[in-house]
Amino acid sequence: MIQFEHVSKLYNTEDAPALDDIDLTIDDGEFAFLVGPSGSGKSTFLRLLLREDKSTIGRIMVNDKDIAKMRRWRVPKYRRKMGSVFQDFRLLPEKNVTQNVAFALDVIGAPKSKVGPAVAEALELVGLTDLADRRPTQLSGGEQQRVAIARAFVNKPPVLIADEPTGNLDPTTSLGIMRLLDRINRTGTTVIMATHDAAIVDQMRKRVVELVGGQVVRDEARGVYGFSG
Amino acid sequence: MRRLSLAFREVGHGFFRNFTMTVAVILTIAVSLTLFGTGLMVRSQVDTMKDYWYDRVEVSVFLCGAASDPAACPEGAVTDAQRQAINAQLVSLAGVVEDVFYESQQDAYARFQEQFKNSPILENVTPESLPESYRVKLVNPEDFAIVAAAVGGSPGVEQVQDQRKLLEKFFKLLGGLQAVSLGIAIAMLLVTVLLVVNTMRVAAYSRRRETGIMKLVGASNFHIQLPFVMEAAIGASIGGAIAAGAIAVEKVYLIDQVLEPSFRFTAFIGWDEVIQIMVIVFLTGIVLSCASALLTVRRYMRV
Repeated sequence: MIQFEHVSKLYNTEDAPALDDIDLTIDDGEFAFLVGPSGSGKSTFLRLLLREDKSTIGRIMVNDKDIAKMRRWRVPKYRRKMGSVFQDFRLLPEKNVTQNVAFALDVIGAPKSKVGPAVAEALELVGLTDLADRRPTQLSGGEQQRVAIARAFVNKPPVLIADEPTGNLDPTTSLGIMRLLDRINRTGTTVIMATHDAAIVDQMRKRVVELVGGQVVRDEARGVYGFSG
Repeated sequence: MRRLSLAFREVGHGFFRNFTMTVAVILTIAVSLTLFGTGLMVRSQVDTMKDYWYDRVEVSVFLCGAASDPAACPEGAVTDAQRQAINAQLVSLAGVVEDVFYESQQDAYARFQEQFKNSPILENVTPESLPESYRVKLVNPEDFAIVAAAVGGSPGVEQVQDQRKLLEKFFKLLGGLQAVSLGIAIAMLLVTVLLVVNTMRVAAYSRRRETGIMKLVGASNFHIQLPFVMEAAIGASIGGAIAAGAIAVEKVYLIDQVLEPSFRFTAFIGWDEVIQIMVIVFLTGIVLSCASALLTVRRYMRV
């Protein structure tokens, strides 16, 4: 369970806060959209959740632990429980699909005997088993994002964070990615996705949290993208 | 073990991706460590020479002879009785004087001949023109004043001379040499640190994609930083090995084959000192390089 308790983030004392008194709970297994215009605080929200930054005011509790109080050396272990996917895929161009996905397990010291099967399973989930030997440059945008999702999910994290995962993709491809995220969500994984994509949000009918100027202006259980954006 | 092998693979990547940079780092480390080692050798050599010379330094009590200054020797040449009195006086200074040798005019001439072999100056020197003397070896070379006070005014003594005074100027010069060579050595080590820091900055930047992903998927800091530190360690080991080799070459060719045969009046540093310096140089290189790599990488890759 993820709880933001009156969280504010100020990057600079003169500027308006990037997040302003955010107070919300995301339950295990939930699928939540984070919508709002650029600069509304979506990315800051995700950064704080990934513990790339600390909140200025308020606490963020993950499974009843205050992540700001976590020791620095524990942060990597914490991040292993959060898969993340981004608009720009972030794949390694000199590695093929299998190696890109395996990289996530290799660098956390997973035993070799487990890497192979886990990678194969993740590639099957995202439907890329046939393209396992290709390099990212030989793949379409949608395929690259699937690789990125496979990499984020290969470690079976309880939470998947997606920051504009369809931002670079056409509507049809985006839909495929959303189906995939939905499938992952149904395995019990919490999915938190920041997006601009109204069509997708409207179609999925999931929880929608709308941020404007760092504040939650709307939080609906089965919402649409809305009108304020 | 698997972690290590992966880290090694990363190091291999880094090494060949940045080949020219790696070569530059290795060569700089080699050159600066060689100069650092040479500085240490000069230092060690000066210490060796000081030991050698202070061990041999004596107080010379020159006795009056035919060629002496009449102002110091109003009674002319020294007599047997005077000579014995002076000797007794010197020997009585137990605890201060370690040993007393008598050097006759003939002995002095023989030594002079040896020292100025092949020099035209020899033709103008006869045994009679050189003073006979007592050579006094002190327990503590600083106690010259006690000897000077004891026999300086005795009849038959022309002059009491402290050889240490003569050596002091020489040692001052060597001390300057020591300081300069250490200064250069430290400057070179600083250059090495700066170069390693800069290289690591470039390496961290060129690998920011990988390290970014590693952070994202929860790789530990140790695992992220290890390849960089190992790269620095390997570069420093190669550079350090080259430097140690260069120092050995200096010992074999410069000291043993050139300096030692031409400067017979002093001792030179031996292999035990040289090997010690080689080890110091090698370890300094690795420690310095790894430390600067680690600090840089930590600074540029905050979690």
